[in-house]
Amino acid sequence: MSEATANTDKARASDLGPVERFIKATELDTRMLGMIGALLLIWIAFHIFSGGLFLTPRNLWNLSVQSASVAVMATGMVLVIVTRNIDLSVGSILGFVGMIMAVIQAEILPGMLGFGNPMIWVIALAAGILVGAAIGALHGFIIAYMGVPAFIVTLGGLLVWRGAAWWVTSGRTVAPMDANFRLFGGGPNGAIGATWSWIIGLIACVAIIAIIAMGRRQRQRFDFPQRPIWAEAFLATVGCAVVLGAVWVANSYPWPVGIVRRYAEANSIAIPDGGLFIAHGIAIPVLVAIVVGIVMTFIATRTTFGRYVFALGGNPEAAELAGIKTRWVTMKIFILMGVLCAIAAAISTARLNAATNAQGTLDELLTIAAAVIGGTSLAGGVGTIAGAMIGAVVMQSLQSGMVLMGLDTPLQNIVVGIVLVIAVWLDSLYRRGKA
Amino acid sequence: MNVHAGMTPLVEMENMSISFGGIHAVDNASVDLFPGEVVGLLGHNGAGKSTLIKILSGAYKRDNGEIRIDGKTATIHNPRDAKGYGIETIYQTLALADNVDTAANLYLGRELKTPWGTLDDVAMEAKSREVMGRLNPRFQRFKDPVKQLSGGQRQSVAIARAILFNARILIMDEPTAALGPQETAQVGELIKQLKAEGIGIFLISHDIHDVFDLADRVAVMKNGQMVGTARTEDVTKDEVLGMIILGKCPPGATPGPGAL
Repeated sequence: MSEATANTDKARASDLGPVERFIKATELDTRMLGMIGALLLIWIAFHIFSGGLFLTPRNLWNLSVQSASVAVMATGMVLVIVTRNIDLSVGSILGFVGMIMAVIQAEILPGMLGFGNPMIWVIALAAGILVGAAIGALHGFIIAYMGVPAFIVTLGGLLVWRGAAWWVTSGRTVAPMDANFRLFGGGPNGAIGATWSWIIGLIACVAIIAIIAMGRRQRQRFDFPQRPIWAEAFLATVGCAVVLGAVWVANSYPWPVGIVRRYAEANSIAIPDGGLFIAHGIAIPVLVAIVVGIVMTFIATRTTFGRYVFALGGNPEAAELAGIKTRWVTMKIFILMGVLCAIAAAISTARLNAATNAQGTLDELLTIAAAVIGGTSLAGGVGTIAGAMIGAVVMQSLQSGMVLMGLDTPLQNIVVGIVLVIAVWLDSLYRRGKA
Repeated sequence: MNVHAGMTPLVEMENMSISFGGIHAVDNASVDLFPGEVVGLLGHNGAGKSTLIKILSGAYKRDNGEIRIDGKTATIHNPRDAKGYGIETIYQTLALADNVDTAANLYLGRELKTPWGTLDDVAMEAKSREVMGRLNPRFQRFKDPVKQLSGGQRQSVAIARAILFNARILIMDEPTAALGPQETAQVGELIKQLKAEGIGIFLISHDIHDVFDLADRVAVMKNGQMVGTARTEDVTKDEVLGMIILGKCPPGATPGPGAL
């Protein structure tokens, strides 16, 4: 009898075995896996309901460009929320900084440097980043050193900077943007083409393998437990496959016929019978977002600042007692957030080829939603940069998908709102189950 | 009292006072500590023990009084200053960042870095395994956030953090509160070992049995005031209990301002 029980126990253990062993061996974050699974489900569902329009190179390419601006801001929002703060002002900062950058490049610099001067975009972007950092520093100072809750300070900021964006030009829309600056917005010119996309993809693959190899060597150096070699190989393969797959998708989306014709005429290329296929490749705003994501992940996980951010979110009192300058850390987070708003403003202004005083309206809510859907806990202490960026793609996927399905705007908002609540509910269930 | 005659105390806290909104949490209390000595700080909950000691660890700013380390006036405005003097504290609340792992907690605020200035997690984990191995040999959960550890394991992490950086003065606020008998004995061994290395230890407890056998001296507080200090060999447990409960100083003790 006892032998039989032992046998069934063993059988049950081996039933659960493969999946659990696999997760344990690869040390994959089950939460992140679940989110990627949910994203794929959303994509497939939209593909079916929109009659095969969603999973096309064209839509996925546009989706990536549309996600970029919110994804950039969401990486900063993670750090803000991890430390139990909130930033309601990012959309307004985006609007204000975008307006500043637009006025500098469209109205001030051309008169001084000459129209189309290659330095214009550099100066405009640098000025925008400075203004963004200054606004963030002001918010951070009031929150950290004067002790006003972040909710109130940034709620004030939401009103102030939206009003300020109007004030810069008395509500006038500023257009067009500098030709070089416009590359931040994507489009046929704002993408790096097929060859460079493959090159970057290959570099990314080499980097993935190098990181896995280096991690393994580090663990060997200190005799720590290691992942089995098949798990390492699996991770490397999947990582490279995802990167190269994304490049392949970006390279499958050709320039529109009209632009190809003009390009061919300008460069006196004969267009063959079947039409000339010129691929977009990876869009520059997407590259910017990916670079921001990598830099922010590095900051969050590899620097003392990142460590302090998470410690501060987990237990503010302990962080203070450990001798961390908690106020300065808080202020730095908001400066970082301001800089990211400026980068997002560059992407969004360049994409629209104009700055309007309504730009970025409600982006704060999309950004917070992206961070929260991406697993950032409003209770503080928990969140990942990659998760928030995937969250941004989820939000954008919902919107694009519903547009493709022809849903009315009010209905879109209803769905997005419901999805947000359900996502956070599922996340809290997951956490409770794990705790 | 003659054991330390002529020696300079490691720590002297003189006439310390602090009040919160009109309540004198610590009122004109003085206590000292010599190298290699264990001073048990006793008193009821709310007697002001933890508050007094938090002034020394830099968590609270005193209203009055002077702190001297090695006979020289010390300026302690925050926990960083205290650590600069070699003062390490194990707080009653443990003061751990629950969401990060053991190594991150041990090195919080004093991280090891690679030559490139990034966090050297592997080196920190290696050192953590060494220190934790000394305190709690069976401990293996180095990758888990501290939140998921048991009470005893969390306590070990807090203790390991305090002894990791070669403290000269160790403050232990109810260090065995979450521990079982076996682990409590281990902490007792550790205290003896640290004491032999010449470290001065303040051992805070509301339970006299925890500290009486380990301490060289006891200092008893009541209602924010110092009832008195006594060498443990000059008084009995009952007499110390009398000091804690009634504020009555026995003949073997040196009375303070709070004595009856």
